[in-house]
Amino acid sequence: MAKVFIYPVTSLILSDLVARFGHKPLSAAMQIRERIQTAGLESPPLQVTPEDPKKGLKYAAVEVPSGVRGRMALFGPMVEDADAAIVVNDADFSFGCMGCARTNELLAFLIRTRGIPVLDLVYPRTEEEGIEFVAAIRDFLAGLEGK
Amino acid sequence: MAEYKPRYVGTVTKYVFVDSPDMTPSDLALRAYEISLGVMIKETCFGLQITGKESEVDEIINRLRSLDPVHIFVKDRGFPPGDPRRCRANLGGARPGYYGHEYELTLIKNVSKGLEKLPSRPPGAVPEPPVPKTEKKLDVHTLKKIIESQES
Repeated sequence: MAKVFIYPVTSLILSDLVARFGHKPLSAAMQIRERIQTAGLESPPLQVTPEDPKKGLKYAAVEVPSGVRGRMALFGPMVEDADAAIVVNDADFSFGCMGCARTNELLAFLIRTRGIPVLDLVYPRTEEEGIEFVAAIRDFLAGLEGK
Repeated sequence: MAEYKPRYVGTVTKYVFVDSPDMTPSDLALRAYEISLGVMIKETCFGLQITGKESEVDEIINRLRSLDPVHIFVKDRGFPPGDPRRCRANLGGARPGYYGHEYELTLIKNVSKGLEKLPSRPPGAVPEPPVPKTEKKLDVHTLKKIIESQES
């Protein structure tokens, strides 16, 4: 079972398909769950600790808006942990905590620099595209077995 | 600053979306309550949210998914249902979010068709997935020439 980073990290379709074909999707929900289930001092909306901005600084300089660093504190460690990635390129960037376009660009760059297998797709607009979309993901994930 | 005591520690929450001509979210909820095994189930307009120990939640989801495998979709959720930081009851109006789900649900029938047709697809057939456009962008040297031509 490989760890597959999905982009958009909040995607229902990718999260379901990766799990359905027997792998572990790395999505935003897992990072958020980890934080809100950790006891400590209340810091709504997430239980963000002083460690999180430090994690973000690994990926973006201090001059970069804090929203980018905050998001990278969640997503960056997942990219580093991933064995592969599936990227949907025409995603609508108003996806909840996916909101910042600069973070999305940085994330796309980080995925490329990791050197892991990446499957690039766009959302299926027709049923025929849907069949090819699912087949491509299945074949890509089948090739990851044994890692 | 108040001490934060998290609720439902050690649990997972998963969304179950149903987009099926044969099953409504209410049907799915009834089935889920029948096999709930004591986990928390919240019925929603799109399906369910299930909260509980991971093994129990996975078992329920596997059983639910077997009812209509190509039309039921599952993903993780970070917050448990009713969390005061996200629940609209505490925020004083409709809560943000769900735009992604709303957007993907308009396309999900195409994915369902893919899952339906996949078993009958000949083995070894190379998929031709929808790929991103590779439009050639203006390179920096051409831009420089344009600027220079305008300045001279």
